[in-house]
Amino acid sequence: MMNLPTSEQAGVLVVSVNGRIDHAVSEEFTRALEPLLARCTQGQPALLLDFSGVVYISSAGLRVLMMASRQAKAQQGSFAIAALTPLVQEVFTISRFNLIVPCYTSVDAACKVLGR
Amino acid sequence: MKQVVFWGTRGALPTSLTSRDIHEKIVAALVVANGRSFRNRNALEEFVRGLPFAVNGTFGGNSSCVEIVTSGPEHIILDMGSGARPLGQAKIARFGVPNPQTYHIFISHLHWDHLMGFPFFAPMYIPGNRIVIHGCHPRLEEAVRRQMQAPCFPVDYSQAGAQIEFDLMTPDHPHYICGLNVIPTLQLHAGDSYGYRFESVDRTLVYSTDCEHKLEDIEAFERFARFFAGADLVIFDAMYSLAEAASVKSDWGHSSNVIGVELCQAAAARRLALFHHEPVNDDKQLARLLEETRRLEQITRGERPPLEVVSAYDGLILDL
Ligand SMILES: [Zn+2]
Ligand SMILES: [Zn+2]
Repeated sequence: MMNLPTSEQAGVLVVSVNGRIDHAVSEEFTRALEPLLARCTQGQPALLLDFSGVVYISSAGLRVLMMASRQAKAQQGSFAIAALTPLVQEVFTISRFNLIVPCYTSVDAACKVLGR
Repeated sequence: MKQVVFWGTRGALPTSLTSRDIHEKIVAALVVANGRSFRNRNALEEFVRGLPFAVNGTFGGNSSCVEIVTSGPEHIILDMGSGARPLGQAKIARFGVPNPQTYHIFISHLHWDHLMGFPFFAPMYIPGNRIVIHGCHPRLEEAVRRQMQAPCFPVDYSQAGAQIEFDLMTPDHPHYICGLNVIPTLQLHAGDSYGYRFESVDRTLVYSTDCEHKLEDIEAFERFARFFAGADLVIFDAMYSLAEAASVKSDWGHSSNVIGVELCQAAAARRLALFHHEPVNDDKQLARLLEETRRLEQITRGERPPLEVVSAYDGLILDL
């Protein structure tokens, strides 16, 4: 099972994601996010993925983020990603996923917007 | 297989440049020239060649039509989009009439943008020519005949002078045609489409257009990686961005540059040609997409040998 350490900052649930999010781990990534997303509902803390430790993401990994974002929206929760490394940021821009998944430059910047 | 010639590269609908586009290209060229004068015609030509492609050229507007050039006497054509018109003209100019030729045409699917050039493919009106239309759709012949019927077209199919044959192929089986092993495979697209893998003794070409790749379908990804395996060139439907293909244009039956790179990397293919360009994208946007695709390949390459990325345009000739 993929390890996703969590912590709380300014009322935001911050989840550290690490390594390569490729086709091989995308299913595992989905399952690891499931319990966190279940709690990402209206009135609950926003769910923020700290991507500073992610070195690569494939299309299958991007899809997991899109589905997570959709689920959160349907539940009226808040979901976002922060602190993308420059190369992963480029993949987001090239794939245009920066337009469909909310991204913040840093965890602090995200917490200012999403925190309470 | 020696070369691939792109006669039509636009997706969905032929798309022409507008006066506005031409105006912008001339302005952009004059801005770069910045008042410079040129010694002679050669110096001027050299300057023009040095301009970015979006300024000195265009990705062109005919719909899907690609030619494979072999050392054999028969002609091989992939799809009959509107690019089949200039292709037919070029063949008549080169071989003259009467000089019977044989054309093998492989049809990806029956959507109009892949068939509309057939009534304008001049060799079909010339007695003595032989045209073999290969495909996997049982209604292939019906679709070809139907677009040449009143009230859709003034010339009826029965007026064709050439001998026209239809060859229904079996997917995932090798067929030996013109000295090549040809393997069709089913693709996800409304009404089904088929990709083709062409193998000669020393070269492999894959033509895979009008195919959607569902990101969650890892099995299909692996099937296509095997279909593309070791290809010298993969011609790939890169109509949408990945985000569009996965969200607002999900189930529209097309793919993206990102999936093209990932599949070619998994397949250890040598070269990727972005194809079936979205009509909404102008030359500047298509040039940007090419740059971005090259950058994506570079940052995701890892230990693999480089994958060369090109963007197909009407008139592009690639040596295999
Ligand atoms: Zn098409
Ligand atoms: Zn189609």
